[in-house]
Amino acid sequence: MTDHPALTVTDLRISFSRTPVVHGISFEIRPGKTMALVGESGSGKSITSLAIMRLLPSHVARAEGSVRLGGRELLTLPEGEMRRVRGGQISMIFQEPMTSLNPVQTVGAQLGEVLRIHRNLRGAALREEVLNLLRKVRIPDPERRIGQYPHTFSGGMRQRVMIAMALACNPALIIADEPTTALDVTVQAQTLELLKELQRETGTAVLFITHDMGVVAEVADDVLVMRHGRVLEQGSVHEVFGNPKEAYTRSLIAAVPSLVGKLKAHAVPAQPIDHLPEVAAGGAVLEVRDLSVRFPHRAGLLGRIKGAVHAVDGATFSIGKGETLGLVGESGSGKSTIGKAIVNLAPVHGGSVTVGGQQVDYGSASSLALMRRQVQMIFQDPFGSLDARQTIGSAIAEPMKVHGLETGRAAVQKTEWLMERVGLEPRRANSLPHEFSGGQRQRICIARALAMSPRVIIADEAVSALDVTIKGQIIELMIDLQKEFGVSYLFISHDMAAVERICNRVAVMYFGEIVEIGPRDEVIGRPGHSYTQRLLSAIPITHPDQRETRVRRSADVAPPQSPLKPLGYTPPAARWSMAAEGHFIRQAS
Amino acid sequence: MTIPISGAASPRMQSVWAILGRLNISTWLGVAIVVALVLCAVFAPLIAPYNPNEQNIIVYLSPPSWENLLGTDQFGRDVLSRLLYGARYSLTIGFLAIVTALIIGSFIGMIAGYVGGRTDIILMQIMDVVLAFPSLILGLALVALMGATLTNIVIAIAFTAIPAFARIARAGVLTQRDREYVQACHAMGFSNTRVLFGHILPAILPEIMVMTSLWMATAVRTEASLAFIGLGLAPPTPTWGGMVREGFDNILSSFHLALYPSLAILVLVLALNLIGDGLRDVIDPRLKDAS
Repeated sequence: MTDHPALTVTDLRISFSRTPVVHGISFEIRPGKTMALVGESGSGKSITSLAIMRLLPSHVARAEGSVRLGGRELLTLPEGEMRRVRGGQISMIFQEPMTSLNPVQTVGAQLGEVLRIHRNLRGAALREEVLNLLRKVRIPDPERRIGQYPHTFSGGMRQRVMIAMALACNPALIIADEPTTALDVTVQAQTLELLKELQRETGTAVLFITHDMGVVAEVADDVLVMRHGRVLEQGSVHEVFGNPKEAYTRSLIAAVPSLVGKLKAHAVPAQPIDHLPEVAAGGAVLEVRDLSVRFPHRAGLLGRIKGAVHAVDGATFSIGKGETLGLVGESGSGKSTIGKAIVNLAPVHGGSVTVGGQQVDYGSASSLALMRRQVQMIFQDPFGSLDARQTIGSAIAEPMKVHGLETGRAAVQKTEWLMERVGLEPRRANSLPHEFSGGQRQRICIARALAMSPRVIIADEAVSALDVTIKGQIIELMIDLQKEFGVSYLFISHDMAAVERICNRVAVMYFGEIVEIGPRDEVIGRPGHSYTQRLLSAIPITHPDQRETRVRRSADVAPPQSPLKPLGYTPPAARWSMAAEGHFIRQAS
Repeated sequence: MTIPISGAASPRMQSVWAILGRLNISTWLGVAIVVALVLCAVFAPLIAPYNPNEQNIIVYLSPPSWENLLGTDQFGRDVLSRLLYGARYSLTIGFLAIVTALIIGSFIGMIAGYVGGRTDIILMQIMDVVLAFPSLILGLALVALMGATLTNIVIAIAFTAIPAFARIARAGVLTQRDREYVQACHAMGFSNTRVLFGHILPAILPEIMVMTSLWMATAVRTEASLAFIGLGLAPPTPTWGGMVREGFDNILSSFHLALYPSLAILVLVLALNLIGDGLRDVIDPRLKDAS
């Protein structure tokens, strides 16, 4: 490999009609190195990558400056040659592996197409090369997988296929646009590991676009921090993490979780106990005992119920007044289902839910109405959870009116007061949701939840879709409101940094079961269950210096079982042990 | 500066104003024509130079002249006056039929989509059966069965249009039903009625509006066709379709008798279609290039 940079970008400026969106950025990437382009949404990082690929719509966007790939200027290249560069010398990995593969073509056919176009392979040689690529990205059983369709692949496996496609023509540069953002942490860790290994083997330069400083600490050699289309900070990963010059960079670095693995293990091993203790009398605002949620599975010609998907089994926890319990786990672990079951958006199969000392009767309308006054929910997508045609003032006031809490002038006043409390100007009550930013919309949803003066708010991934700085502000707001109103939160999230910031206690879910529950510092600091340990060790490191010291735990966890169980199946009784006061670990059965 | 918050309860009209603001020129032309025809119909007694049913055998079948701007028919009745009065029937029947179909059809479709399961299957199967008949044949059968009164014609035409509204409303409800904002409404303990008619209906209303104007054109056409076959309002009531039919008897000597009412039907149908297309372009821009 020569020492010439694979990609040199000099003073790249991009504007849409007359509006400049990227104000002159310069960087270079050497072969085998990784450059991380960091920024929040709207910072211009994705626009920059599209400009390098010349994929911006030419009639509205203008790119000036210079983009040289191995000495060749790309910005002035004729479109025909540029097409050979795309996919041939530069390839791209996108955020959504679900949507970037064609669902009606087999994985083998899609990989083969790239090879046919760019490397002119045919027949048996083509098939052999496709198999090679699948092996290269560590897809198990490639001979069988080659003929299968994308929907039979998990998210992580699909992203591997995308990586295989990107590698198909030995490109000089791979642009990876948030390639792991949509993946679970454990899958993210494996994917990042794979990318690094492949990069070592092939010597490809990688432009890695992300908003997550933890990922940067894991993979990058150089870092460029962008904000509002300008370069804020640029340097080697050790410079930027060791001595960040800008406050903004510091806030990004501070946003990654820091407690993980910080506490030493107890000298005394966890002691088995008979059953999870009842909650302290009078303390619990929300109490969930042995909650299970099952979805019927129909099969066969007549659509008879043949079994059930056990989404949640035997979940037991309680939340005290003014307390926040974090419910963490990966996608499909059933954490959102618990939240939905509590407010009757998912069918409760067994167990009990007690709110404010009164058990909820899911068959009784009056009991449900009472529960709904006391338990409110905030969803992940604040725009989706607001009616796009309803002004926000009306949206906040409506639940009060429906439940007859406030009417007329009083409802209007309470709406204005709530808007002030969550940091919105009351005079914007007549605006529609699309006139607000993502963070402001989540404030609207919080105000709407508070309108009922609830005891418990279930926040289902409430900050997951927000940019780092906005996320911080919303979490601060939630903490402030908790102090003011004494409300309790069930904070459902996969985001350990957010959980660490807001939660008093944490419960970890794995395949529909709670495997560990306890005080935040205990669970995150010295995790007891092997799954918790694996989950936490998969979280990106906080500083590049930890790259060598961090030990990745191999997968010694009980293998995932199908949640689909035959009718009449009863899950085995859980056995628990106690590691410390209030810190319980489920024993392997 | 303070802006009164009192409007917060029912402020949904904003989006409707936004839609009106983006309509193109041909849509406004359609609106202008329809408004003009409505005014003609309402003020027919003031504008019409003669009584539409007054026979004057002396001037029968006279071509257009200064006395009778559009000529006279075989009974010597003034064609212009009959056209102006005829607008009343075309517009009234078209409007009443479609409003009826809109209310009943949307209701059926919304219930089917929202409740789902067996209710959905049964309701939509019935709609499919109705839809399987060509609307003219179905209308014909119904009118022949019940008799050609204004109410019966309205019912017959409404009946043929109900499935179209049921389908569009059901499709709209299905796309909205599982949205997060609907879940949020359930989580806040809103009743099904409130969720369906307070939150989902406004979301699907624009699509229904497009259907309304397009189907109004169909209704006007169906009414004219029924009258043309002789199943319209009984003579001497001046309906456009009936006038075309009567004009047909003298098409060789006085073609203007059939021409003017035909033109009137054409202009009204065209105007309604212009409005429908314009609304659709604004509401669903993806369809603009396709059509």
